[in-house]
Amino acid sequence: MKKIIWATWMLVTLSIAGYYGYILFKADNKQALLIGETSHGHFQIELACSSCHTEAFGGPELIQEACVGCHGAELAEANDTHPKKKFTDPRNADRLSVVDARYCVSCHTEHHREITAPMGVTLPEDYCFHCHTDVGDDRESHRDLAFDSCASAGCHNYHDNRALFEDFLVHNHSGPWLKEMARLTNPNGAAILASKRVPEQQPTFPEQKTAHPDIHQEWSGSSHADAGVGCGGCHSDNRSDEWLEKPGIAQCQTCHIHEVESYKSGKHGMRLAQSLPAIRPVDSKLPFKETAMSLQQGCNSCHSAHRTDTLFAASEACLTCHNDEHSRGFASSPHGRLLTQAIAGAIPVEQAVSCATCHMPRAENIVDGEAVVQVNHNQNHNLRPNEKMIRPVCMQCHNLGFSIDALADPALIRNNFNGKPATHIPSIDWSLKRVAD
Amino acid sequence: MKHVKKIALMTTLLASSLVITACNEAPPAKAGIPPKLYTDSLFAVMNADRANYTKLIIQRLGPNGAGAIKPDEHWKEIENGALLPAQMFRAGSEAVAEVTDEFTYSLQSLWPINKQNAPKTPLEEEGLQYTVDNPGENFYGEEKLGDVTYFTAVYPDVAVSPACTTCHNDHKDSPRTDFDIGDVMGGVVIRVPL
Repeated sequence: MKKIIWATWMLVTLSIAGYYGYILFKADNKQALLIGETSHGHFQIELACSSCHTEAFGGPELIQEACVGCHGAELAEANDTHPKKKFTDPRNADRLSVVDARYCVSCHTEHHREITAPMGVTLPEDYCFHCHTDVGDDRESHRDLAFDSCASAGCHNYHDNRALFEDFLVHNHSGPWLKEMARLTNPNGAAILASKRVPEQQPTFPEQKTAHPDIHQEWSGSSHADAGVGCGGCHSDNRSDEWLEKPGIAQCQTCHIHEVESYKSGKHGMRLAQSLPAIRPVDSKLPFKETAMSLQQGCNSCHSAHRTDTLFAASEACLTCHNDEHSRGFASSPHGRLLTQAIAGAIPVEQAVSCATCHMPRAENIVDGEAVVQVNHNQNHNLRPNEKMIRPVCMQCHNLGFSIDALADPALIRNNFNGKPATHIPSIDWSLKRVAD
Repeated sequence: MKHVKKIALMTTLLASSLVITACNEAPPAKAGIPPKLYTDSLFAVMNADRANYTKLIIQRLGPNGAGAIKPDEHWKEIENGALLPAQMFRAGSEAVAEVTDEFTYSLQSLWPINKQNAPKTPLEEEGLQYTVDNPGENFYGEEKLGDVTYFTAVYPDVAVSPACTTCHNDHKDSPRTDFDIGDVMGGVVIRVPL
């Protein structure tokens, strides 16, 4: 009897070890190794274990390196208020015993979706209070505030306070809630690159041109035609005359390198950066349209190959899939109505407000003395915390006070800003009072 | 005879094991730089860099010079903004913290504009007070933070130009508004793990 028990135990043990060994070393799908549901920010790449667990063995430093590898540049750009370097000083040793702020995972534990808050935070909401207990001593206005309200009331963020610090509030306290309509600058980054990267003499493929007159007609009115990128610019590798039937992302990024790189940093494209199949709405838990569930994300999802209609890409393309209350409310919102007017020709296209105006803002940088305007295709770049939008987006047309109030009103966000904010965040008032005192 | 052989063998083994153990022992500590000399030297470099930044960059190119740059607390917010000397000092300390933990340094004060730069440990408090009470003298001590013992040195930070006193006296967050040239406004704290 004992022998049978031992043999059974051995068999079961070996079978389990063999199963997980196969999953670990051989299988393409490593779903069985997931130890818990991943957060809304990482579920897309949960099957690319090595994107975070870069080595099989290693301490928290390795995970930290992986976090910084993807998020470091963005945090630096945000003038991170709590960078690691502030916590490595031995004088802060006592603070590390409260929260070890040297490591991202101290606040953003992964594989615990059940305790993950909207910003990917897995700590209770009173995390500010433990180090800033005495804030009421210097700021009377803060004396009776709830201990969990610092980062949840539209006043402060842990990392990005570019639009919320006191001097900025004071300098931008005035102005009408609705300013003169801003005008978007047209992107020119890809056209500049095209002039450098796409040869003037491209394969012409006359037989394809003859076979597809409708496509050629579409192309002739496109920005590709304006930039001198013909059929051969995309349908070849620009080194040989071989026809490429379906150009991929590699062809796009010849000229659209910034767009592709930022796209791969966002939720739409981050799977491609890990060599995983492109994401589909069905992979996500957000509300999407039934008809779109199986559509795979790629450049062509929003940008039709030959028309390059960016007005479609900036709004209608988003609404092909997204079906949450905020998205559904867009068309009837003040922003959506501006887009309708622009499409009808009543106002300039540059004054239209689309989904992309807020979620894929344009940035102007001086490169080699030339102003280069590019669209950031990481739709998550300024999404959370939403105060990231205040300076580059909201304040182009609204004043600071209105922007802060609007972004702190969840009901207003849900209906896509159809109305005025129901709440008022007193941070500007308090800052002005403090300066006056 | 057998026993003699055994004893001889055992003795040889014991002797060789002693030699091996002796070889494995840590080499006698080399005479290193005394912590005080180390922190004094670091401070000399920091002080020289800070004075040079103030004189050669801020005074020469700022509003009192060519007017090409604008030193400002929120220097990132304005065109041609430049770090104030104290911020430049802190930027150096943070950059050092990213490459080594063999020493750390910070600019602190009993009257800080930024509350995070107030003394935190009893020794910092004692050292800053000592440099105020004993002008021209430095302060040295040892303290245990977490599980590590540190040699901590505090060097007085003296107001050398009207820019220092005006900014601190006029700033809304400054707890003291009567600084004069020559006053000890704070101190540079350098900490070395022992």
